[in-house]
Amino acid sequence: MNGTLTTGDISGATALGSIAATEKTVFDHIHSWLVTVDHKRLGLMYIIYALVFFVVAGIEASLIRIQLAAPNNHFLSPQVFNQLFTMHGTTMVFLVGMPMIFGFANYLVPLMIGARDLAFPRLNAFGFWLSVFGGLLLYFSFIGGEGMTGAGSAPDVGWFAYAPLTGKAFSKGHSTDYWILGIMIGGFGSIATAANIITTILCMRCRGMTLAKMPLLAWLNLIMCGMVLIAVSPLTAAQIMLLLDRFAGSHFFDTQAGGSATLWMHFFWIFGHPEVYVLIIPAFAFASEIIPVFSRKAIFGYPVMVGATLAIAFVSLSVWAHHMFTIGMSSTSNTFFAVSTMMVGIPTGIKIFNWLGTMWGGKLRFDTPMLFSTAFLFQFLIAGLTGIMLAAAPFNWQLNDSYFVIAHFHFVLVGALIFMIFAAVYYWFPKATGRLLSERFGKWHFWLFLIGFHMTFVTMHIPGILGMPRRIYTYEAGRGWGIWNLICTIGVAFQVIGTLIFVINILLSLRKGRPAGNDPWDAWTLEWSTSSPPPEYNFAEIPAVKSRRPLWDIKHPSDPDWKYE
Amino acid sequence: MNATTATIPFETRSAATGAVPLESSADWSPSKGVVGMTCLIIAESAIFTIFVVAYLYYLGKDLSGPTPRQVLDLPILNSICLLSSSATITFALRSLRNGNTKKFNFWWLVTIALGAYFLLGTGREWHHLIHDKGLTIQTNLFGTTFYSLVGLHASHVIIGLLALSIVMAFAITGAVKREHAERVHVLGLYWHFVDVVWVVVFTVVYIIGR
Amino acid sequence: MVMAGLTQQGVFAAEKIDPALVPSVFAPESVPAHSISHLAGLVLAITGAIFVVVAGLLTYAVVRFRRRGNDDGTEPAQIYGSGPVEAAWTTVPFLIVVVLALTTARVIHEIQDARKPVAALDVQVIGHQWWWEFRYPKLGIVTANELHVPVSQGQDRLPTFLELRSADVVHSFWVPRLAGKTDLIPNKVNSMWIEPERPGLYLGQCAKYCGTQHAKMLLRVYVDTREDFDRWVKEQKQLAENDPTAAAGRLVFERTACINCHAVNGTVGNGRFGPDLTHLMGRATLGSGALTNSLEGLRAWIKSPEQFKPGVLMPAMNLNDADLDKLAAYLATLK
Repeated sequence: MNGTLTTGDISGATALGSIAATEKTVFDHIHSWLVTVDHKRLGLMYIIYALVFFVVAGIEASLIRIQLAAPNNHFLSPQVFNQLFTMHGTTMVFLVGMPMIFGFANYLVPLMIGARDLAFPRLNAFGFWLSVFGGLLLYFSFIGGEGMTGAGSAPDVGWFAYAPLTGKAFSKGHSTDYWILGIMIGGFGSIATAANIITTILCMRCRGMTLAKMPLLAWLNLIMCGMVLIAVSPLTAAQIMLLLDRFAGSHFFDTQAGGSATLWMHFFWIFGHPEVYVLIIPAFAFASEIIPVFSRKAIFGYPVMVGATLAIAFVSLSVWAHHMFTIGMSSTSNTFFAVSTMMVGIPTGIKIFNWLGTMWGGKLRFDTPMLFSTAFLFQFLIAGLTGIMLAAAPFNWQLNDSYFVIAHFHFVLVGALIFMIFAAVYYWFPKATGRLLSERFGKWHFWLFLIGFHMTFVTMHIPGILGMPRRIYTYEAGRGWGIWNLICTIGVAFQVIGTLIFVINILLSLRKGRPAGNDPWDAWTLEWSTSSPPPEYNFAEIPAVKSRRPLWDIKHPSDPDWKYE
Repeated sequence: MNATTATIPFETRSAATGAVPLESSADWSPSKGVVGMTCLIIAESAIFTIFVVAYLYYLGKDLSGPTPRQVLDLPILNSICLLSSSATITFALRSLRNGNTKKFNFWWLVTIALGAYFLLGTGREWHHLIHDKGLTIQTNLFGTTFYSLVGLHASHVIIGLLALSIVMAFAITGAVKREHAERVHVLGLYWHFVDVVWVVVFTVVYIIGR
Repeated sequence: MVMAGLTQQGVFAAEKIDPALVPSVFAPESVPAHSISHLAGLVLAITGAIFVVVAGLLTYAVVRFRRRGNDDGTEPAQIYGSGPVEAAWTTVPFLIVVVLALTTARVIHEIQDARKPVAALDVQVIGHQWWWEFRYPKLGIVTANELHVPVSQGQDRLPTFLELRSADVVHSFWVPRLAGKTDLIPNKVNSMWIEPERPGLYLGQCAKYCGTQHAKMLLRVYVDTREDFDRWVKEQKQLAENDPTAAAGRLVFERTACINCHAVNGTVGNGRFGPDLTHLMGRATLGSGALTNSLEGLRAWIKSPEQFKPGVLMPAMNLNDADLDKLAAYLATLK
């Protein structure tokens, strides 16, 4: 139906690591992946791409932490350090976060709504290859960037690239141009994929699956993609303006000619704040699928979960200037943004209660996906609370641009998002490959990463409170920051080892993992009704559903969900 | 652990191609093309909004150089042409829906001609501004925001015209038929969007800004 | 290898910390910093309570509802939601937010909209890549990197109002024990105020990434008693020392490119790109905190500023050793 079917494979299509048909060579195999428009393959490629850059950005972070382990350290020059923190942030947001969430959406959405592929399969492939090109272009800057410091330099202007530091006057050479173009191209890919997913969800659900009956993962991805359409574009617009400034001599952000530095900040954060919700909403989606299965209970309050996410999507468009409390806005503006930011905390927070309500009275199974999900709940709670602290504008005047903020957003992006990505990988890996990941390695991965994460990021709040700003390549002795920085650095080692075990787990389980069967977790959504991995066409016959948990209805014919919904 | 693979009540449908949705939850679901194009329009609207905001923000903040009032003339004829092309593209679509490909070809060509005239007019305006009035993108904040906003719109007109021309090429060879009306409709949505953006740009640049 | 390198540099030597110098947000010594600290206390108390309750419930759930070893394999009761429960756990957070929002609004107004007393001291701060310029317009003083302000004690309040500007990119003025930070943005004038209540030295630094040497754009704020401050002002207003024994060095200064960037009041040097050097020796550090100020430090800095602050905009002056000695000796007389 979409491209060529593997010869002879109807029910159990090619597992990830094996070559099924006899007439295919290795080159044919690679070729089939390069030209594929199958959402499952593209989804997996997105995820692998993101994992590779996760390791790269992790190395960048490790180097940063080594430099900061003690005051007045000389491990890295300031020029290299500034490139590293810029690239670490840029990579994690654009080359890890975005591809990862689009990869999972790509893989899971059609399977969960009973469709055979996305609405526009070729656009899907185009979006993927655009993203790849953008990422490679960004990293080419290490060789070809020719920044202020001479031949070969990556962008060193911070991931939010404030003007006028990014103007031609202060950023000579091309490193900033690589930042702009690499991200802009990836941005087009994101918009294309978001449109694709929205169209798929609105037009291709199977019979019986009204919007009120589709899995929460589908709902949350629908909302996330809607936000992408509205939020990524302002960044694209601002980047076009910056390019015009740098190449055509325009004055959008040229303060020497009357341009405005704060205008860039507004545009960037109008993108930047919804962007972090774009990144975290898929984590909510994973949690809303995994926690019910491992609690053996339906999600508590499905309609509220949808409503709360919609509320987040709307309100999050009105909070952006809480990143700008220190720029000298009026007290009225500061008050508005402080209040709106606190407001958006409400729908975000009550989701934690809904997950708690799901677990309450259940029968909790702590397989690896649930271990990561439970840690997610605690860590997201803490992240939300430090967010409330930062929303109190006067307190923000102290903590903005300090290590307290770094600790806060790493609690969100690592403690919540990365933990749920790990959970999602352990949960859906069996579906994609037909083999389970090792539970033993999984537990080692979990505990090591958990210890390391807390050692680094709980501690990190302290130097912020003691006055340590962000983005400094070194610091004076005598300010009391040294010991805390050292502890943060040691925590990194645990996270590195944990991640290594994770990668080894994947590679080993691909060959030797226990066969999973269709439904290893005894779950309830449509993807578990196909073989593992699913055939290229997903479903031999498109299913029809009557409730939110079609497989529950089959497994409990005397007590189906549709009696209660 | 493994669930029984019991039969789920199925609705057997064969795969469809083209604009008919593959499977749907009810008897009707929106057309994929329309939803996809709407998403694109939403994203593009966000980009244009940012450029409009920049334009309005910088009004009156120039440190030097010509002001809008000094150099801008109302592009009335240009605007009439572009906006009526929305009407002509609708006529074209209606003709196609009725199966009248000859009429479709005619109205489609008129649409392209009107769009091309708009572009030419914009080009002439810019030439006049640059050579006679000394306004370039580098001159001052007004130059910066004017050329970028109007230019962004013009680039979208160019893309639209390219797409329309490709369809024209197909139409001339007789390949465009009644069953393609839905796809042409989707392209028409993009063209209408470009026209609506012009209404906004015209209002902001030539009325509010002057 | 990394560890060996670090120990070699003595980098892990125990840090000598004077508690009075630690720039902690929770050790405020100025009116706005106190306001913030009190608000922070309330916010911490509320969020702390929320944490205890919710984390407590989560922990309880994890323990209580674990699947037991003797589990019979049946599914637990399926609960799909509960209107009253959801209403409750939406209302309570909403009320908490209302309390927080009102308190926050009050403190914002208290700090940002504070009326400026007639007697307040005015200081203009201009941020440069990577040093601070301080001007006291009503006193006719220009200095750099180390700010002197009078203490405000007792009945006659004497806050210092700072006007913040930037000569190039975005910077941020942050001395945690004295106030929250405010940015210095080119093409924009911001203002903030401090009202220090105890004399002493307060440390801070630039808090907005501003390029290669953002890390070494340090701040030293000396809060002086009234007498000390008046004395300092008197010293600053004087022309530069004209020590005849350092005349040779002064010639080097006036004939080299130094005067293009630096000013010394009473000489031909009136460059504004770099810090004013008229009373250089009154400062404890050089290079905005990059090294201690001393004769040796001066000499080394002038010889190769890059060594202390890689990427710094001051070039190595390529003087011969003799000129270097004379110049350093001259600058060391500028008290």
